[in-house]
Amino acid sequence: MSSINTMKQKFNFYILSKTLLSGLLFFSIICTSLFAQEGDPVKGKSLFNANCAACHQLDKKMTGPALRYVETRLSEEEGLDREWLNAWIRNSSALIKSGDAYANKIYAEYNGSAMTAFPQLSDEDLTNILAYTAQDKAVPVAAVAAAAPGAQAEGGVSQEIVLGALAILFGLLALGLFLVNKTLRRFAAANNVEIAEAVKRKSLWKAFVNNQFLMLVVAIFFLLSSAYFMYGYLMQVGVDQGYQPIQPIHYSHKIHAGDNGIDCKYCHSSARVSKHSGIPALNVCMNCHKSIYEVAPSTATEEYSKAFYDGEIQKLYDAVGWDDAEQKYTGKTKPVKWVRIHNLPDFAYFNHSQHVSVAGLECQTCHGPVEEMEIMYQFSPLTMGWCINCHRETNVKVQDNDYYDKIHEALTKKYGVEQLTAAQMGGLECGKCHY
Amino acid sequence: MSSNKKYWKNAEELNPTHSSAVETLKQKEFTQEIPVDEFLGDKETLDASSTTRRDFLKYVGFSTAAASLAACEGPVIKSIPYVVQPEQIIPGVANYYATAIANGYDFASVLIKTREGRPIKVESNSLAKANGGINARVQASVLDLYDNQRVAGPQKEGQAISWGELTAEVSQKLEALKETDKSVVLLTQTFASPSTSKLISDLKQNYSNVSHVVYDAISESAAADAYQNKYGQRGLANYDFSKAQTIVSIGADFLGDWQGGGFDAAYAQGRVPKNGKMSRHIQFEANMSLSGANADKRVALKPSQQKIALAKLYGKIVGTAVGGELPAHLETAVNSAASELLKAGANAVVLTGIQDVNAQSIVLAINEKLGSKAFDPKTTIKTRQGNDKAVAQLVADMTAGKVGALLMAGVNPAYTLPNASAFVEGLKQTDLSVTFTMKNDETAAVSQYVAATSHYLESWGDLETKTGHYGLMQPTIRPLFDTKQFQEVLLELVGESGTYHDYIKSYWKNTILKGASWNDSLHDGVYTSSNSATVETTATFDGSSILGLGAAATTLAATSTSEIELTLYPKTGMGDGQQANNPWLQEFPDPLTRTTWDNYLTVSEFDAKALGFFLETSTFFSENSHDADGGLNGKYANVTVNGVTVKVPVIIQPGQARGTVGMSFGYGRTQGLKAEMQTGVNAYPLYTDFNPVQTATVEVTDGKHEFACVQLHNTLMGRGDIIKETTLEIFNTESAADWNPMTMVSLNHEETPVNSPDVDLWDEFDRSIGHHFNLSIDLNSCTGCGACVIACHAENNVPVVGKEEIRRSRDMHWLRIDRYYSSDDTFEDDNTTKDNIQGLGSSLSTFGEMEVPSENPQVAFQPIMCQHCNHAPCETVCPVAASSHGRQGQNHMAYNRCVGTRYCANNCPYKVRRFNWFLYNENDEFDYHMNNDLGRMVVNPDVTVRSRGVMEKCSMCIQMTQKTILDAKRDGREVNPDEFKTACSSACDSGAIAFGDINNKKSAITELKDDERAYHLLDHVGTKPNVVYQVKVRNTNEA
Repeated sequence: MSSINTMKQKFNFYILSKTLLSGLLFFSIICTSLFAQEGDPVKGKSLFNANCAACHQLDKKMTGPALRYVETRLSEEEGLDREWLNAWIRNSSALIKSGDAYANKIYAEYNGSAMTAFPQLSDEDLTNILAYTAQDKAVPVAAVAAAAPGAQAEGGVSQEIVLGALAILFGLLALGLFLVNKTLRRFAAANNVEIAEAVKRKSLWKAFVNNQFLMLVVAIFFLLSSAYFMYGYLMQVGVDQGYQPIQPIHYSHKIHAGDNGIDCKYCHSSARVSKHSGIPALNVCMNCHKSIYEVAPSTATEEYSKAFYDGEIQKLYDAVGWDDAEQKYTGKTKPVKWVRIHNLPDFAYFNHSQHVSVAGLECQTCHGPVEEMEIMYQFSPLTMGWCINCHRETNVKVQDNDYYDKIHEALTKKYGVEQLTAAQMGGLECGKCHY
Repeated sequence: MSSNKKYWKNAEELNPTHSSAVETLKQKEFTQEIPVDEFLGDKETLDASSTTRRDFLKYVGFSTAAASLAACEGPVIKSIPYVVQPEQIIPGVANYYATAIANGYDFASVLIKTREGRPIKVESNSLAKANGGINARVQASVLDLYDNQRVAGPQKEGQAISWGELTAEVSQKLEALKETDKSVVLLTQTFASPSTSKLISDLKQNYSNVSHVVYDAISESAAADAYQNKYGQRGLANYDFSKAQTIVSIGADFLGDWQGGGFDAAYAQGRVPKNGKMSRHIQFEANMSLSGANADKRVALKPSQQKIALAKLYGKIVGTAVGGELPAHLETAVNSAASELLKAGANAVVLTGIQDVNAQSIVLAINEKLGSKAFDPKTTIKTRQGNDKAVAQLVADMTAGKVGALLMAGVNPAYTLPNASAFVEGLKQTDLSVTFTMKNDETAAVSQYVAATSHYLESWGDLETKTGHYGLMQPTIRPLFDTKQFQEVLLELVGESGTYHDYIKSYWKNTILKGASWNDSLHDGVYTSSNSATVETTATFDGSSILGLGAAATTLAATSTSEIELTLYPKTGMGDGQQANNPWLQEFPDPLTRTTWDNYLTVSEFDAKALGFFLETSTFFSENSHDADGGLNGKYANVTVNGVTVKVPVIIQPGQARGTVGMSFGYGRTQGLKAEMQTGVNAYPLYTDFNPVQTATVEVTDGKHEFACVQLHNTLMGRGDIIKETTLEIFNTESAADWNPMTMVSLNHEETPVNSPDVDLWDEFDRSIGHHFNLSIDLNSCTGCGACVIACHAENNVPVVGKEEIRRSRDMHWLRIDRYYSSDDTFEDDNTTKDNIQGLGSSLSTFGEMEVPSENPQVAFQPIMCQHCNHAPCETVCPVAASSHGRQGQNHMAYNRCVGTRYCANNCPYKVRRFNWFLYNENDEFDYHMNNDLGRMVVNPDVTVRSRGVMEKCSMCIQMTQKTILDAKRDGREVNPDEFKTACSSACDSGAIAFGDINNKKSAITELKDDERAYHLLDHVGTKPNVVYQVKVRNTNEA
């Protein structure tokens, strides 16, 4: 009982402190919003995301400083007013040139990276933006967040209990039947009831062995089916369809190509001009991940938490040598050793640009629904038969390509077809891929 | 014309009674039986074995199952992308950089193909026609970069030190030497680099006691002296052979390395008959050289006789009588040459390779007298600046202890100096010796400091090969090791801050470019200007010892002949020997002897018999050893020159002048190279006074040498008309049907031309749509230089197999250059003549000397690769269809399909298929470049590296044609005429190999294919090849 009492006491204290805290927060919100001269934080957010978010975050130093409470901070610490701030935003370099002390200080602090001038922002826009920066950090709703995993755990427990109960039930049932049987037999013995013995018949397997025709059929069937499975087994040797290795960094094609709709060739740019599609260099990742240092909470799934994804981004930073706090490269790099998924043997020549640029194929034709793959895997068998089949079925894309003009006309006439397949263009010749 | 002419590859073939070995070789593609007995054993051993047949089957079954189970698990392959990808590098796309090679022996502006930042191939820079030729050695130079014997960092007394320590210690010692009266000498290669000259003069200003000695291992000092005496500047006169109609060369191998080489492209232009005209080339020489092989008329004579001949020629041309004794036939030859020269006048040119100031002066005078258009003395060749006297003086000073410090760069005097031991002794007396080298070579071994230098593909540099013709060298890869180039260290010694790159750039901007763009010059790799950069002022030249022309001629005419005269020469593949650790070059068959991995003494057949070097036929192919496979044997000779004796194997060279022997430089290296590459005998000790001509005594010694000679490999089974040739006279006067007749075959007992569709067994495939590739090879302009052989090696990852395997006829060259000897006589006539001569004994008539075919044969070179037959015999016999035909005319070879039955090679009438008898990569038995990570960096990633048990052959560079097509498709355009290239066609400076699409009527190949000189090899076989040869025309018109 005593423990319940203490709990109650604690609970009371909790309520008390929370009320106090929220009161305090409320007070401060009122103060700051008064200070912000009634801007519209909603409009401000969209303006902030459109103009400022590339270099600024509210709570984190990026290319530029963190901007939450910037106006308050400036007026309190530096004694700078809204006028100064407006001047800085609209044309910071002019302010620096004018010799303004704080402008020069901040310019030096961020290694002389000049802020883009935004002369197009009206006073109202700036007011809105500053209103947005003056908002308090949304307090995560702790209770809800805490409850969710609990519920999940409960679900797991109940399932186990149900299963356990069922098992016990079945056990009891079996025991009951056994006991009933035993009791009945005892009754029978007591009442001298004879239980008829089962008639001994020729066993099935002996009958089977004696039937030579059946034996022959079964033997043939057995041989054929084992040959079939043997063939199937041998044919898949070296075919790695579905190969899904664990990569050093959990890179999700689903998030990048699927949810965010990034074009495949943004990262695999060499597919356009080279035989290799190219694993993107880490500086390509950093084009975006310089400012995307964490995933949105909505990205997290049941399987992979936000913390997990953020950790993977951190792995990228370690590899490329990016100090996120200082916002600069340390120069210490650890190249990533990806596990190669699509492995063509050395004697087969494949050129991505031939298929991507010339034939205009979608990457998905061979690589499957990459935009749905959380973990990348080999979609196609990449066997010669698979290549050949596609060459037989696919028409050559001749539109707007002067190379094909004459040859296509002549060949269509020769073969008497409207459209030439890759095979008819010579796409089945050994030497086109093997040299 | 071609029908009554007989060709032979080896003197052995001339002997019809004793050539059973040759006959066997002709009939067999694979000369050795598979040694079945070795693993089957005899019956008794089999019976004694405890393994029963059942056990054997069990083992087989188990090992098959185990092997297939083991194969189920695929390997995990890692891929590591760039962290920060350089902007200009796209994996899978080649980048090209214009740079230049200047290693002291070869100077050329080149284009370097790089893949993923690795240089993998040397190509010619089409903007740099005047800047040297891309010969076989330059083609192979990319492999030197990936040599795992390179020095990885600076060393002191064999211990690794840092660059900081090295420069500090060197400059400290140099400062100390300033106070003494000892001199500091820079002994360097010819740099031909304006900025390096400036840098050295800067150094001289810093250190007053510094002097600079330029040393060429194979000297052209006499020619340079003569030129300097006449024109006041050290260098050599330039020649443009495309402007010459009559070329008379006396001992000058100008298609080889004479005066820096690089003349063959212009020469070849004049060799193709146009409007009934082609140049006429008369060669007087002792050794059979490339130039002699290409000459219309070749006169074999001793080096001493060459001097007299030159003096007499001079006399004829200026019209003064010059004395001197010459045999009657030589006298006639000189007279007719003189009259031809006089008739051609300004269209004629005379050259000489005699290392004698008098001879060189006379040649300059003759050309001036003729007013030769080809002779261009105003353009100075600057690639041979070496000064023999200064080098000799240096060695004397070193021995006397006058030299305080010796800094060497690009030279290996401990190997190349004739008095190397005196040099090594002298080096011990210096206070400081530093050698800048890529290898721990002979000189590095005796130097205090070894400064590891960068390869030219890792270096900055500039060069002026000829007056006004500049080239720039830029790195194409970061230094692989902790190396620095010579100039970087000089900059530090001079006290200049900044890199050598900055230094060149500012020097060029101020002195050479004069407002032209640096970036453009660097991009092009070449820059041409009318003004020459100031050259480092050399020591004042003392020409007082050089005789006047009259006196010079008299001196030459008074030359006395000796019994045996030795001529030292650089071999096409090896040059001066600095690339001796390059397996491509070691395995490169010499164009004339077709011998690999060796040097040797070339002796005429007559002398060989007289001196006892001749192996009679019965022992020539001895029955008991594996010599029946065509492996060539030779006896050893002791060659003594001025008391120095070397033991060297003897090879019999048809065309070698009687009473002369020849031996090549560049072999016999012992330090800084793998054991496999330590081949041949060092000829430099015989190079007394830097004179390649020496009086020698030659005597037979014991031992039998086994050559790795490919001349009897892959003969075309004695089928006739492989080479077709005619004379200019017949070519001009008669119709093509006479001198290039279509082969007739019998159809229903009627003579029918072989190209008639009626005689064809096959249905013709329609190839009129799309591309159809043809390769044309002009036997007239092919000089046999072999650049294509190495280019093919590099492009197609052709393995190196080593001396033993070559001897077993297992060479892997996809492209070989067959060398044929011929005379106007038939075999039978040859023989009777030969018998007569033997009957006459020693009293040989000079007439007879000219008539014996092997005394002075005509030579023809014929590059042979897969002929890509439209009706290919190889394809029909392949049981697994690994060899198949493409619509574009290429005969495809699917390696992964090949099971190695070798039927195809047996059925190939051209003998161009090569079988991988072993795994040549990652195999310690074949410890060449493909056996180490560094060497494998040169491998072309677009071409499969073949494995054991697979047949391979020329693919007509299908990876290159496919790339050209893909580029056009991607750009959405038609392929430009003459855009298609193969490795051999782009490597051919002389334009003998042309490649293209015959369905594109605008391309040059279309005309070549239908040229009246065009013929197919062995067309009576009906294979319809896609390689076409052009009939060789010889200009036999005596003017």
